[in-house]
Amino acid sequence: MSPEERASEGIFLGFQYPIEIPGVSMVNFMKTAVNEQRKHKGLEPLSSSDFLKLMREKKELVELDADLVSRSVNEGFSGGEKKRNEIFQMAMLEPKLSILDETDSGLDIDALKVVANGVNKLKSPDNASIVITHYQRLLDYIVPDFVHVLYNGKIIKSGGKELALELEEKGYDWLKKGVE
Amino acid sequence: MEKDQDKILKEVTQGEYKYGFVTDIENEAIPKGLNEDVVRLISQKKNEPEFMLEFRLKAFRYWQTLKMPEWAHLIIPKINYQDIIYYSVPKQKASGPKSMDDVDPELKATFDKLGIPLDEQKMLSGIAVDAVMDSVSVKTTFKENLAELGIIFCSFSEAVQEHPDLIKKYMGSVVPYTDNYFAALNSAVFSDGSFCYIPKGVRCPMELSTYFRINAANTGQFERTLIIAEDDSYVSYLEGCTAPQRDENQLHAAIVEIIVNKNAEVKYSTVQNWYPGDKNGKGGIYNFVTKRAKCVGENSKISWTQVETGSAITWKYPSCLLLGDNSVGEFYSVAVTNNHQQADTGTKMIHIGKNTKSLIISKGISAGFSQNSYRGLVKVVKNATNARNFSQCDSLLLGDKCGAHTFPYIEVDNKDSIVEHEATTSKIGEDQIFYCNQRGIKTEDAIGLIVNGYAKEVLNKLPMEFAVEAQKLLQISLEGSVG
Repeated sequence: MSPEERASEGIFLGFQYPIEIPGVSMVNFMKTAVNEQRKHKGLEPLSSSDFLKLMREKKELVELDADLVSRSVNEGFSGGEKKRNEIFQMAMLEPKLSILDETDSGLDIDALKVVANGVNKLKSPDNASIVITHYQRLLDYIVPDFVHVLYNGKIIKSGGKELALELEEKGYDWLKKGVE
Repeated sequence: MEKDQDKILKEVTQGEYKYGFVTDIENEAIPKGLNEDVVRLISQKKNEPEFMLEFRLKAFRYWQTLKMPEWAHLIIPKINYQDIIYYSVPKQKASGPKSMDDVDPELKATFDKLGIPLDEQKMLSGIAVDAVMDSVSVKTTFKENLAELGIIFCSFSEAVQEHPDLIKKYMGSVVPYTDNYFAALNSAVFSDGSFCYIPKGVRCPMELSTYFRINAANTGQFERTLIIAEDDSYVSYLEGCTAPQRDENQLHAAIVEIIVNKNAEVKYSTVQNWYPGDKNGKGGIYNFVTKRAKCVGENSKISWTQVETGSAITWKYPSCLLLGDNSVGEFYSVAVTNNHQQADTGTKMIHIGKNTKSLIISKGISAGFSQNSYRGLVKVVKNATNARNFSQCDSLLLGDKCGAHTFPYIEVDNKDSIVEHEATTSKIGEDQIFYCNQRGIKTEDAIGLIVNGYAKEVLNKLPMEFAVEAQKLLQISLEGSVG
């Protein structure tokens, strides 16, 4: 399956390093994406007014600064703004499965809270998120249902949220030893 | 907007040159070849006054002494000037149609198909069109409405008959026939074009536009446009061009002359979409054009905007002669080349008056095996105190078989002037495309999005209706260029 098909089927990838696209406004970018995905589902494209309304709603939900959406995609955004923008896009596209790749890297505590809040608000019985991280810090705000440890492409340990706390305390080495 | 986007999608998936059809209409053409008799014949066919014939003959004799210029970064196959038909007109019931009933239905249908309805009732309000097919103007719309304001908007031939004094005074005053090889050729054999005169103090209330169409095979199109803006006047002018798909190359050598007087402003926009040739570089139009504006009066302003997507070879440098104190010249350009297209385009800003300002924004986009060059001259003469220029030349490369080149020439003889030049070269990153893919946007659309974003500064300068058109055009021109 091509990346755009996967996306339209409801998988969202939050980038660790979101890409800048100079000259392309966030509005235009999001509108194209939303309508492409609607088309994939056999839905009519959103009218401009409906789209702008949706944007306003989601912007508030993830506490994105109003002026960010009037700028070019990620251009000149700070690290925190870029990450927040990823969560905003996730909110707009309403995926079934989100994969957030080290969303916490490079974030200060306040930005981390905002991003985590966004993820929590978007959580519903109809969707799932895979949060990739190295630190407990993020998991203080996004409380996971399951924790898996990935090593060399394989899940080597699974557990509940306690596992993350255990890892924070002991590190990863003891798990690696078990595998090798 | 939604509808537009769907249309874009459809067009992208089809992605062929959609103006490539031929109209089956009877032509009256003179035999191939070029000599003094042909020049006389054209003049005679057009029933021109003596001064026109003299002008043509002088130009022709001068042209014979010239050699085709070779300085451009272009590979131009040898052109056999004896193998071209210099005058070809679609046969009409009467010469010079006065009402819609006189226009051949086939011709009407052709322009309808091109999205240029000649019927004033059906037209987009606010745009007057002069439609030129092959060697003649077919119909000029809204002429009467404009005449009430004293604006003259008609075909060049008509202007020669009706306003010979204006033609005599201004023709060749900005681009003399001695200017260059193609200007000399055009001056000898040009057959029609548009003429526009805006009287003192009048703001032209609608967009004026000329639509050029080459239809007949083996013909060249040589037209002239002359625009005169008197003191305190304003006009926005747009030209569009298309041609059928043919295996042979066809020559288009035009001249545009603009005179801008005191406090007047002229905006000239071009959406050039001549047939670019096929994927292997066979066929297509040679587009060798001389465009120049003379800002004669104080505080006068000329603004060129061009979107160049068509033609096998483009050779054109819309220029500004800034004579009047405080006059302003602007040049906004997007040039796209794909497959085997070649473009050598840019501008000349000649600062002569004091406090003159110029701005150059050039965006080149190359794909396929194409070569895209920006060539620009900024010249400040000794007495042009406080002249100011800013140039920005950006190149965007798609793929690794194409080329982007920049040839800026800067000559400054005045020490109080400031001239700035900025240039960038970039590639559309695979990571940018992947990022769009990840949001559900297909690669073709992602390229369209990124390219339009890149060219936005220029597209924004186009009149509204044409900006949408130009956006689509960019996307279609680049269809299949990445992947």
